[in-house]
Amino acid sequence: MLTRAARVDPHLDLETYDPGADLMALNLGPQHPSTHGVFRIKLYLDGEIIVKAVPYAGYLHRGVEKLCEELTFIQIIPVVDKNDYVSPMMNEQAIAMTCEAMLNIEVPRRALYMRTIFAELQRLASHLLWLGTFGMDLGGAMGGGASLFMHCFRERETILALFEEVTGCRFHYNTHAVGGNRHDITSKFSRDTKTTIEVIEKRIEEYVQIFSSNRIYRDRTQGVGVLDGDLAVSLGITGPLARASGVDHDLRRDAPYHIYGELDVNVFTESAGDCFARTLVRLNEMRESIRIVREIIDSVPEGPILGMRPGKSPTHIKIGAGQHYTCLESPRGELGTYIIGGGDNRGASAYRLKIRSPSLHAASCIPYVFPGHTVSDAIAILGTLDPIMGEVDR
Amino acid sequence: MTSLLHGLIWGLVIATVLLTVAVFSIWFERKFAARMQSRYGPTLVGPAGVLQLIADALKMLQKEDIIPQKADPVLFRLAPPCTVIITLAAAAVIPFDENVLAADLDIGVLFLLAVSGLIVFPVWIAGWASNNKYALLGAMRAVAQGISYEIPLVLSAMVPVVLAQSMRLSDIVSVQAETHWFAFWPLGPGLIAFLIFFICSLAEANRIPFDIPEAESELVGGVTTEYGGMRFGLLWIAEYLHTLISSAVAAAIFFGGWDGPFAPGLHWMVLKTFAIFFMIFWIRWSLVRFRSDQLMALCWTYLLPLSLLLVMVSALFVHYRVVNA
Repeated sequence: MLTRAARVDPHLDLETYDPGADLMALNLGPQHPSTHGVFRIKLYLDGEIIVKAVPYAGYLHRGVEKLCEELTFIQIIPVVDKNDYVSPMMNEQAIAMTCEAMLNIEVPRRALYMRTIFAELQRLASHLLWLGTFGMDLGGAMGGGASLFMHCFRERETILALFEEVTGCRFHYNTHAVGGNRHDITSKFSRDTKTTIEVIEKRIEEYVQIFSSNRIYRDRTQGVGVLDGDLAVSLGITGPLARASGVDHDLRRDAPYHIYGELDVNVFTESAGDCFARTLVRLNEMRESIRIVREIIDSVPEGPILGMRPGKSPTHIKIGAGQHYTCLESPRGELGTYIIGGGDNRGASAYRLKIRSPSLHAASCIPYVFPGHTVSDAIAILGTLDPIMGEVDR
Repeated sequence: MTSLLHGLIWGLVIATVLLTVAVFSIWFERKFAARMQSRYGPTLVGPAGVLQLIADALKMLQKEDIIPQKADPVLFRLAPPCTVIITLAAAAVIPFDENVLAADLDIGVLFLLAVSGLIVFPVWIAGWASNNKYALLGAMRAVAQGISYEIPLVLSAMVPVVLAQSMRLSDIVSVQAETHWFAFWPLGPGLIAFLIFFICSLAEANRIPFDIPEAESELVGGVTTEYGGMRFGLLWIAEYLHTLISSAVAAAIFFGGWDGPFAPGLHWMVLKTFAIFFMIFWIRWSLVRFRSDQLMALCWTYLLPLSLLLVMVSALFVHYRVVNA
């Protein structure tokens, strides 16, 4: 294997690379089983070692931001559900929070508790899906056989069933509204949630054992795809990726929203920055999510769940002038929404709506991290980056 | 003339039975894996989905025969049947019972290893003729892996040969029937040799955790990327056949073949073969894939020196036994 420089030159001029080398350009994607959607990475291979990697995003571009400028604030929420389609709750919350901040609406405590519970369950579901697909990327049984994948999906399904109980949808919930929530939770939801997280907690420990005791798994992930902490910061990488590289940053603790300010959120960091560290951070976050849900599920206060008078027309929320940026900690990092008010229809829609997606930033480290690794490693690294293409391309 | 007729008939019978077993073993594996993953597996075609593979084969036969425009048409067509033929050829010398074997060659083990080593060629041909980068990468990996693992495979198979002092497979089995199974006697070298043989035959058959040439998550389908329909089916069946035959060989040379009490020899051989075959499934559904350089490191730094040592140890063992006798 080539020795890797501390920081690889992502803009390597192939003309200056060893002229004797017979480089092969390999298009990984846009249709490839392991690109998690439609994503293309052009790899220049020297044998099986990657010399240069150029990611091409945009195959799933749907013009969401432009579309949102045409829609009213109520209509936006079901649309952004499809951005990070692995954790739709987060997308809804990001939009709702920004609008609430611009309109100075106080969200009722019950709704804030619900949002926190939803967010943490969603983080758990998202990480479970990541764990399953990552096993698949590594191949073998966690992969070709897809044993781990099937098990993780089984657990994730129980969380989706909880959401379905509340919202009627398994996936694109449309349950958050500007000012609060649309669907109330019941005592049955609390009971079911408690049993569900109990089961998942036990099973996660089983998976941790599968992972940590497996020599092949460690060999495949340790020291692979090392992402430097400074590089992560300069590329705007947040979330578990940055934390695995030693960046101690979590918006739930550092800029609390919902009711995180009243909770002690433990933030897990690792220093290695490799695929194994990213796995550990995500596994710890799953445990932490379970802990948070368990802590607050019984103390949800009674009361209303919508902080404003419900309107009859889709244009009843109007945001005049002004601009605002809010961000929250999605399973993949800092998910931000930036809105400039005063758009069409006297402020019923945004003049400009920008979504800062953590996956785009995560994918941007590919040219730095891939070179020097083999194709097999590239798939493992891409798996731990966990980019969701719906969110990268929007 | 009679021996030729005997060989032809038994060869035909064994080949047919093996192919059928290989097909149904795919059903078995799917059921087994499904239970491991809390699913049902095939349930619709026949009782418990047992005829699913027949349905799959019919589907494959009906598929359009696609040959990529830039592929080498002759080699592309040649590779899949070659893999099956070569794999089946190795089965000729496997003793299923005292009389159930197609050819009782005096160089049985050598023939077996030589023929199964040839499998690298059709795989490389398939990868090269496809004219596809993924297929080429897969084929490159397959050749590197096949050739590297051939060496410890041969050396570990030499341990029973040395112990039995014969290359004839039926002799190896009869010696075990008279004394002890080589996996357990002499304790140590035999068992370790079996483990090495087992690991290497996994790698030879491209089974997980050594399915690097196929590597569906990395190389789409490796050498099989451009193949569809029954050509793909043949490549697929060859993999199962290879696994099945490796299990049979391991059962014969390490676990005493047809030797066993109470039941007819053939039953014991089948039972032992399936026990090893089952173990391969089990491994397949619970491990992750190696990376190719790690695979090579395992072969050259651990398996090769160890198998060399084992051959020497067993040679010494035989030497002292002969001297003392």
